[in-house]
Amino acid sequence: MVEAASVLVGQGEAAESGGPAVVGPDPVQITLTVNGVARTIEVEPRMTLAEALRGLLGLTGTKISCGRGACSACTVWLDGATVCSCMMLAIDVGTRSVTTIEGLATGGRLHPVQAAFIEHDALQCAFCTPGIVMSCAALLERTPDPTAEDVQRAIAGHLCRCGTYPHVVAATLAAAKARKA
Amino acid sequence: MAADKTTRSETFPSGIASVGLGEVEREVPLDDPPPLPPNAGLAVIGKSVPRQNGRAKVTGATRFTVDVTLPGMLHGRILRSSLPHARVRALDLSAVARHPGIRAVLPVARPEDPVAALVRYIGAPVAAVAAVSQSAAEEAMRLIHVDYERLPFVADMDKAREPAAPLVHDAASAPQGSASGFPAPRGLPLNGNVRGPASDSRGDAAKGFAEADIVVEGEYRTQVQMHCCSEPHAIVADWRADGVTVYMSTQFTAGVRHELAETFGLKLSRVRVIVDGMGGGFGSKSTLGAYGRIAVALSRQAQAPVRLVLDREEEQMDSGNRPGTWQRLRIGARRDGSLTAISLLSYGTAGVALGAGVGNMAQALYACPNFTGAQHDVFINAGPGCAMRAPGNVPGAWGLEQAIDELAERLAIDPLVLRDRIDPSAVRREERRIGAERIGWQKRHAPGADPGPVKRGLGVAQSLWAANVQTNSACEVRVMRDGSVEVLSSVQDIGTGIGTVMAQTVAEVLGLRPEDIALRIGDTEYPAGSPSYGSRTTASITPAARVAAWRVLQSLLREAALALNAAPGDLIARDGRILVRDEPGRSMGFGEAAARLRTDRISAVAARGDDYGGFRRRMEDAALAQQDLGGVQFAEAAVDTETGIVRVERVVAVQDCGRPMNPLQIESQVHGGVVMGLSYALFEERILDQHTGRMVNPNLEQYKLAGAGETPAIEVVLLENYQGQSATDAYGMAEPATISTAPAIANAVYNAIGVRLRSLPMTPAAILAALGKIPARS
Ligand code: FES
Ligand code: FES
Repeated sequence: MVEAASVLVGQGEAAESGGPAVVGPDPVQITLTVNGVARTIEVEPRMTLAEALRGLLGLTGTKISCGRGACSACTVWLDGATVCSCMMLAIDVGTRSVTTIEGLATGGRLHPVQAAFIEHDALQCAFCTPGIVMSCAALLERTPDPTAEDVQRAIAGHLCRCGTYPHVVAATLAAAKARKA
Repeated sequence: MAADKTTRSETFPSGIASVGLGEVEREVPLDDPPPLPPNAGLAVIGKSVPRQNGRAKVTGATRFTVDVTLPGMLHGRILRSSLPHARVRALDLSAVARHPGIRAVLPVARPEDPVAALVRYIGAPVAAVAAVSQSAAEEAMRLIHVDYERLPFVADMDKAREPAAPLVHDAASAPQGSASGFPAPRGLPLNGNVRGPASDSRGDAAKGFAEADIVVEGEYRTQVQMHCCSEPHAIVADWRADGVTVYMSTQFTAGVRHELAETFGLKLSRVRVIVDGMGGGFGSKSTLGAYGRIAVALSRQAQAPVRLVLDREEEQMDSGNRPGTWQRLRIGARRDGSLTAISLLSYGTAGVALGAGVGNMAQALYACPNFTGAQHDVFINAGPGCAMRAPGNVPGAWGLEQAIDELAERLAIDPLVLRDRIDPSAVRREERRIGAERIGWQKRHAPGADPGPVKRGLGVAQSLWAANVQTNSACEVRVMRDGSVEVLSSVQDIGTGIGTVMAQTVAEVLGLRPEDIALRIGDTEYPAGSPSYGSRTTASITPAARVAAWRVLQSLLREAALALNAAPGDLIARDGRILVRDEPGRSMGFGEAAARLRTDRISAVAARGDDYGGFRRRMEDAALAQQDLGGVQFAEAAVDTETGIVRVERVVAVQDCGRPMNPLQIESQVHGGVVMGLSYALFEERILDQHTGRMVNPNLEQYKLAGAGETPAIEVVLLENYQGQSATDAYGMAEPATISTAPAIANAVYNAIGVRLRSLPMTPAAILAALGKIPARS
């Protein structure tokens, strides 16, 4: 827990004294780029990115299940890389662009991973599903032609109490194939 | 036909499809639909239709209870006991009431009441607030002053059984059980912390053991397992002058409505319960619960909507669990394997609650003339247990299916051959045959026969579960003048895809596609549907859906008959058209027929009728079908005898649920059952600190769950088992799919290393201790 609860604002905003700028406890204004759109919000410095997305931006597709980095339900992309949004403060996002589950389908067209999840029934209660979809879609960006083991590794941090793992693997492999076709 | 005859005789397909189908005659109500052919002859039912709400779920659009926000909504928070057993001498809520963000304050423990002054486990609710923000509610927790008088406590089942153990309950506070016997029968004696026995016997066990050539005896233990629903327990309560609306992550909207009406003295018509997305329950979201009552009381006091969502620590301490158990099983058999006697003694603990029995596996799975059983609940100062996916039979199978494996070895009979001799179920016989072939049973070797440090083994175990039906379960089907169709019921989709199955059922009757049917479910404004527990949803709601669709179709056919100049009885609905049965050229579109309706919409409501041929047993709103559900699972495991790590490489699950309605969705559910069973077998365990009564792993990082990396290759085979018992002949799957996983793995581990593990979970330390490589954990 060494890095937790830092109150650094963005990059390069160190105070004159050489220490980091101290903000809070009152809300501060920040601008987040979420799904390609700049959104300016007032956040308490202690607010996590997950809370800001859900509570302030109404993007409730991102789920909070454990709230402390153990389940990956809250997975979003920061500049295309997956992060647990419950483990990051909103004020630490800075200029990096955030992609959430709501931003994955483009122009009403499902991402191939989303389409394959439906076809292969890779979801049951689906509370974990947005996070898993984000991880599997990110995998295909890094590794367009994954093996089953690659998919298992990509979702190793996700907990799915409904046990969708086998269908998640099948769906992601099928999505990789569909993208190449 | 006599004028007063209310039934007609019909011939139904009967038997197991892969074995060969016969026929069975049944009396069915006059206005029930004709028998449904086997799946091979159907257009939509029995097909792997994709989930209707799949798109909403993969795009994050599904609204779960935790996503509900209402104007003016407040945030609730519960202060919980920090002591395992204490009397609340005083509860000072004056400071918190002055906090500017607080809108309601509710005492839960009541110092003036001799029973309600006591808290009996860490995490028990003491007081609650509703505040303008979640952070204000958190701050308020520090402003509540509780004066506790510490009382002696006991957090271990074995210690709680000792005569001098501190008492968890007295006669006034001890839970009473229920008439149905679930989770425990009413009226059993309480001695110290031990309640019971719940006794059961047939024949003469002593005589049976005397006749036995061989007796196996063993003690088996299971740990406490947590539900770990992905979506926490959550409610948004909106109390208004004219009634209350509750959004709740629940397995039973209609049941919660009843509880609310009773608790708050309201008419049912003034209570509405709604759930859309529901992030897993597994038994723990079956009732309103203390947190639900608290949220509604806070909303009533604040005159504003209140959102209450448990955090993960609260989930682990106070949202239910699968009780831990200990059982001693003795089984007597003759040399040919026939059983002469079984005796079962069990003690289990559901903390401060009841329901820690080991089910009916030992009494009912195998043919045995003599049985004696005594099951006990033991109270300890720990969070209450509740139903969890196949309560009772999961720990029951852990003991029985290992004992049978041991018996087979002692008799030098193959475990499958032994079961062929003593298991009367034709369904499981076929399941064993199929499973043995798939897993490659013939390659199974003698226990511990692999030469290297990593040893492989094969194991098998069976399951038994009642085919439950909710008779208080109804459904409405509407046809609009523009040809659109809706199906409505308060039944909820907790992840099983029941809505899609209802749409399939209605589409099959109306000759439409499932995606043509609009679903309106999860809201008590619609006809009261079944709960989603006890593996009963499909069995309870699909016959109602088919009957309602059939009846509404008859009204539509009357209109179409006029247009087609035919008798209504000669018309059928198929491929989006209404056509004359023997003259398919004479037809009209479904929409054209609907356009002729006199009113904008027609509708029929149907309830779940009795099973054709009758139920085995009725219990108020529920019933048991004549047959049980089965299922046989095979596991292949590799045990590293140097590290103690068990890897389950393959599971073959052969299951039955009557008529499979949507094989792909059922396969998903079986995966879930196997993964949960494997996780129970190898990883999960609530650990209580004996010195403080506190759970030391109340989270999801130290409470270990199986993930994708631990999930084996799972092959699912579904039997089609027809019995002509209802309009769909469909039964449930959720629970049977998890019962046999852990003992199948244990039997595979035994086959791998030649040492039997009788306690769960089978951690690396437990394996190494069993192998004598490290000292056993005390
Ligand atoms: S909610 Fe973020 S990891 Fe669990
Ligand atoms: S689908 Fe329910 S937790 Fe994953």
